[in-house]
Amino acid sequence: MVVFEKPKALADVPLHYCPGCTHGIIHRLVAEVIDELGIEGKTIGVAPVGCSVMAYDYFNCDMVEAAHGRAPAVATGLKRSDPENHIVFTYQGDGDLASLGMAETVHSAARNENITVIFVNNAIYGMTGGQMAPTSLPGQVTQTSPYGRDTNACGFPIKVCEMLSQLDGPEYLERVSVNNVKNIKAAKKAIKKAFENQINGKGFSLVEVVSTCPTNWGLTPVKALEWLEENMLPYYPLGVYKDRSAQKEGE
Amino acid sequence: MAKVSFRTDFCKGCGLCVEACPTKILILAKDKINKKGHHPVEMTDQEKCIGCAFCATMCPDCIITVER
Amino acid sequence: MADKVLMKGNEAIAEAAIMAGCRHYFGYPITPQTEIAAYMAKRMPKIGGVFLQAESEVAAINMVYGVSSTGKRVMTSSSSPGISLKSEGISYMAGADLPALIVNVQRGGPGLGGIQPSQSDYFQATRGSGHGDYHLIVLAPSSVQEMADLTIKGFDLGDKYRMPVMLLADGTMGQMMEPVSFDNVETKEYDKSWAVTGTKCERKHNIINSLYLKPEELEKENFARFERYKEIEANEAMYQEYKMDDAEICVVAFGIAARVAQNAIDAAREEGIKVGMIRPITLWPFPKAPMLAATDKVHTFISVEMSMGQMIEDIKLATECRRPVELCNRVGGMIPTPDEVLDSIRAAAQKGGNK
Repeated sequence: MVVFEKPKALADVPLHYCPGCTHGIIHRLVAEVIDELGIEGKTIGVAPVGCSVMAYDYFNCDMVEAAHGRAPAVATGLKRSDPENHIVFTYQGDGDLASLGMAETVHSAARNENITVIFVNNAIYGMTGGQMAPTSLPGQVTQTSPYGRDTNACGFPIKVCEMLSQLDGPEYLERVSVNNVKNIKAAKKAIKKAFENQINGKGFSLVEVVSTCPTNWGLTPVKALEWLEENMLPYYPLGVYKDRSAQKEGE
Repeated sequence: MAKVSFRTDFCKGCGLCVEACPTKILILAKDKINKKGHHPVEMTDQEKCIGCAFCATMCPDCIITVER
Repeated sequence: MADKVLMKGNEAIAEAAIMAGCRHYFGYPITPQTEIAAYMAKRMPKIGGVFLQAESEVAAINMVYGVSSTGKRVMTSSSSPGISLKSEGISYMAGADLPALIVNVQRGGPGLGGIQPSQSDYFQATRGSGHGDYHLIVLAPSSVQEMADLTIKGFDLGDKYRMPVMLLADGTMGQMMEPVSFDNVETKEYDKSWAVTGTKCERKHNIINSLYLKPEELEKENFARFERYKEIEANEAMYQEYKMDDAEICVVAFGIAARVAQNAIDAAREEGIKVGMIRPITLWPFPKAPMLAATDKVHTFISVEMSMGQMIEDIKLATECRRPVELCNRVGGMIPTPDEVLDSIRAAAQKGGNK
């Protein structure tokens, strides 16, 4: 019996990502969830600008490539075009979602737009070659913070889940990671919930996935996972930041 | 018995599976180079595989199929 | 006689869009076009449509991009500063070959400018507005009836050629009230097998995209798009001639400026000056052929426009600079008066006699 194989919603092509880049794991989790929910035929994905720009080639569902940061606005149009029949997700990195697209992120959350957002936070700009991201850690060395991120000069990282949890709008916000098998399983559960929420009409569901960038962090893939655990997770604690339906049930 | 197969042409030799394997039966084959120019993953002892699929779970390139 | 209703230009655009089958509107408030949004906010919920006030013009055009990707008719409207913000999205739509109607009820600029009518976004509209090699079909109404008719035509042209279409009006046209008829509204259905509506697991996935990392592929896309543009230039240029039969002076004007110019032409005719007008209805494609043809009998062209002289460049190109082109303009929200236009016609008549 096959207990593990490539999900059908993932295209049978090599991914262009660097060796050990966790984008591939997150792609697979999204595709597994699409398979399990049987929604490939009605799903429309929105690819961002950044490393995962070519995600449109990797998912077998219909795909749209959005301008930098605009994915939630594009997704709003895709969803509202036919709310009953379209399942819409965006797949965005930290530069895309938390810098250029911050307005689109916040307002789609505030509107409780019935979409699923997969937010990959690896604290750096990958595609452009390792510049400081809105989520780069204090002191983190990048191409544009060569002496380490100086919070006096360039401020502090943005904690997206914590920030959005202050809004009345969004249905579900959870931060997960893919640094080990246990966390990958938890990440998949969260992603599945984020899609189920949309199917059940509950609204804006965002899963932030704390991720690595071995190439631009200058580490081997294995060391990058260690760095993530030691540096990223203390700053970006994993957990559920908002779950309105669960809150209501608890009341 | 568990059976694990690898699409070694797609392997980028990142080693995340090697690290994840609880029975330590995966290595990067230093004597081999695949089409992409990487040392691909290789199983040293199929007998010891417990079919946990940890390797496949960690693989960013989805090259591993696990049967039990 | 067709039934006519008295409507503001902005409202006529909104109603016409609904008649053309548009059920999705996204916008952000800006003077002087907000009536379009207000009209849509009232009407759309009653007909099962979507009105959504976006957080910005940038978001609005990207929502338009989303709906258009699914093959449905969709529009947005704004005024000059807002169009600058939308231009990123317009470029992406052009690159992804997506249709939509974008209304620009122009106001004075640059910058925040003013809120009075202007035509100073001519370059922005006819040269594509955003980055990259592309055009929009640009429609320039000069009556409330045309606001309605060109809105409907705009949706058809967009679908036919898979490209964004701009309705370029101005604050006066938007606020002007005139009788308008919505009889005989006909729109066509176009093949949209390219749209993303879910594969139903029955076809290969569709991708809406403007990214081509291989230069030879991107070049091919650009060449193919410009082949379509050639077809549009050959088939879709629209204009109206006024008293051109024996004209020796040709006024070129569009939108509100054309209405002013028409009064001035009538007054000049009473003085015995042989003057007529070519009024471009499409600014892109620019009606080059009638202008070039007019150079045989016309000694002077006058561009009457509410900008520092933008359309005048297209007139010079169209006429291959065979005749002088004078500029009669007001800017910053000022509208030329019939007397000012008449003065420039008189000046041209005097000079023309001495050539």
